[in-house]
Amino acid sequence: MTAEEKIRNYILENYLFTDNQSALSSDDSFLDKGMLDSTGILEVIYFLEDEFKIKIEDEEMIPENLDSVNNIVAFIEQKK
Amino acid sequence: MIHAVEHRGPDGFGYFTHSQVGLAHARLSIIDLEGGDQPIRNEDGSIQVVFNGEIFNYLELRERLVAQGHGFYTHSDTEVIVHLYEQHGLDFVDHLNGQFAIALWDDRQKKLVLARDRTGIRPLFYTKVDGRIYFASEVKSLFSHPAIPRQLNLQALGEIFTYWSTLPPNSLFEGIDTLAPGHCIVVHGGNIELNQFWDWAFPEEEIDQNKSVDEWAEELRALMVDSVRLRLRADVPVGAYLSGGLDSSVTTSLIKNYTNTPLRTFSVGFEDEEFDESRYQKELIDYLETDHTHILCKRTDIGQAFPRVIWHTESTILRTAPTPLMLLSKAVREAGYKVVLTGEGADEVFGGYDIFKEAKVRRFWSRNPDSTWRPRILERLYPYLKHSPTAGGAFTRHFFQQGLEYIDEPFFAHIPRWSTTQRGLQFLSPEVKSEIEKKSRFDKIADHYPADIHRWKPLNRDQYIEVHTLLSGYLLSSQGDRMAMANSIESRFPFLDHRVIEFAAQLPPRYKIMGLNEKYILKRAMAGLIPERIRRRSKQPYRSPDSQSFFIDGKPLDYVEHLLSEDKLKDAGYFDPKMVQLLKNKCSKGKAVGFSDNQSFVGILSTMLVNEMFIHTEHTDFTYLRNSSTLTESKH
Repeated sequence: MTAEEKIRNYILENYLFTDNQSALSSDDSFLDKGMLDSTGILEVIYFLEDEFKIKIEDEEMIPENLDSVNNIVAFIEQKK
Repeated sequence: MIHAVEHRGPDGFGYFTHSQVGLAHARLSIIDLEGGDQPIRNEDGSIQVVFNGEIFNYLELRERLVAQGHGFYTHSDTEVIVHLYEQHGLDFVDHLNGQFAIALWDDRQKKLVLARDRTGIRPLFYTKVDGRIYFASEVKSLFSHPAIPRQLNLQALGEIFTYWSTLPPNSLFEGIDTLAPGHCIVVHGGNIELNQFWDWAFPEEEIDQNKSVDEWAEELRALMVDSVRLRLRADVPVGAYLSGGLDSSVTTSLIKNYTNTPLRTFSVGFEDEEFDESRYQKELIDYLETDHTHILCKRTDIGQAFPRVIWHTESTILRTAPTPLMLLSKAVREAGYKVVLTGEGADEVFGGYDIFKEAKVRRFWSRNPDSTWRPRILERLYPYLKHSPTAGGAFTRHFFQQGLEYIDEPFFAHIPRWSTTQRGLQFLSPEVKSEIEKKSRFDKIADHYPADIHRWKPLNRDQYIEVHTLLSGYLLSSQGDRMAMANSIESRFPFLDHRVIEFAAQLPPRYKIMGLNEKYILKRAMAGLIPERIRRRSKQPYRSPDSQSFFIDGKPLDYVEHLLSEDKLKDAGYFDPKMVQLLKNKCSKGKAVGFSDNQSFVGILSTMLVNEMFIHTEHTDFTYLRNSSTLTESKH
């Protein structure tokens, strides 16, 4: 499974509670879609750190890095 | 019908029937144990009353009424009601300092009067079916009657998944109304007339009373002393809850220092450090030298007790927090007590909650939305949470910035909370989603506040919304009255004495929240009376483990598995079975760390329990469930 697929499936399952791939496009903004509550982004970070063995710093917790599947994929790529 | 609420009054039953009316009462004997059986009548029996609650100023009222020529035949607090009605008619409620649900029959005028106390401490439901009106303290009494249909009110379900409460007159059940706090209804000649006799009210401008802050503080202390004094009136011993926080420290310290009542206290602790306040409780116990009972609540205790909790709440709830309080009231009963004083209400009255501070910061931030340092003040909130909602940087800012366009609306403070809670609505089945009204977000609440709210200070607006949603609709009912009454315990609330509320309403907002120091005036009034460490302790709201209480090693408890199975969910029709499975999986793995997933899970489970116990069942007698600990055991 590619990183994008893993991330898409994670988001679909844990924030949209569906396995319907068409419910989320990879450039949908999580914030604009109102998908995350106040702790939602922390859960995403825990998942990414566990799954991809990376450490996300406080200053990296910004929408440019984390606010869509595409943003996350690009962010993880440059963390390698 | 009355036997369904035997838990509210195990000390005896009383009845009155007459051509047009029947009154029934289940008694919890607290004042005038020998002579106070209800119904209680006036001198010639033309006025009869049954009521649930206490009239704390009954001695003062009795003295006045006797001087006015009324003849008493009991020493109960109940009897003042009939004589006050004789004296003042429907204005009788204005004279009562108490907590009550009253049903009064005036045989001369053929009128039934139902009245509920100012803040909603005691419940009262009613329904009209086939030209008859039925009323009761709990819905299960009404459902005992075969004429009363049982169906969930879907709009009300949507309200709970927004406001944490139904909006009166809605209850969770179709056709069954809840009498709103501070209201009474008069049934006469086939008509039902609803009247409001009291509401929380705040001034438009700061009233310059030429008082120093210390004068305010002194006045508050005197009021609290009197409020506690009145609430200790009983012919049975009175205990107190002790959470380790400021509010119950105040109530217990006032009992200790200003009365002769021997102090008997009760508290609950948790295995999970995030929720436990035992070390603060111990400090207070040592300071007060109280005779104390402490119970430890494990996650499994919560999971196992939850069905019985819902049988008592008769409502969808969004947190498990009522559950330990039901276990605590059992300990109170076993210790031989029937009455406890508790600290509820202080946060609403004196601005204790984080939601008020959060709103203050958000309003401050809105004056310069591009500021990066203003929102960082939010990080000072929620220090007690394992996973802080303010730890998410730009995402946090986005979350708390939502609703800035509503900055002038009275519900501005509540938008982050309501939007989190409304995430539970995504789990509704498509049919139910389409039935729930699609007005613009949150604006339904506008029908429930007075026009002059727009001219009040922001904090006061926030308080008004809070007391009309979370306080009366959840904290005082599901977490308060129902959990205490489950074990036949009467809880009493010194902070909700209407004189305290009316006093606090006059306070300049800065005396409630000074900077970010909450309940400033209360802390000032109690200096020297409670340990400094507790007086200065930052707010930690009472909470208990939520979704994690329903799984053991990743497996759901039997009844959870059963009620949240695809078949059961499909059959009930409220929720989308596939989405709920995914939520259940997330919770079973311990991955549901945030508020909305936990609220959704507990909300869905409690709704399915309500459906199972009140709607789906063919039973009219609910007594079979009263003592059962798991739902599957009790299934027929």
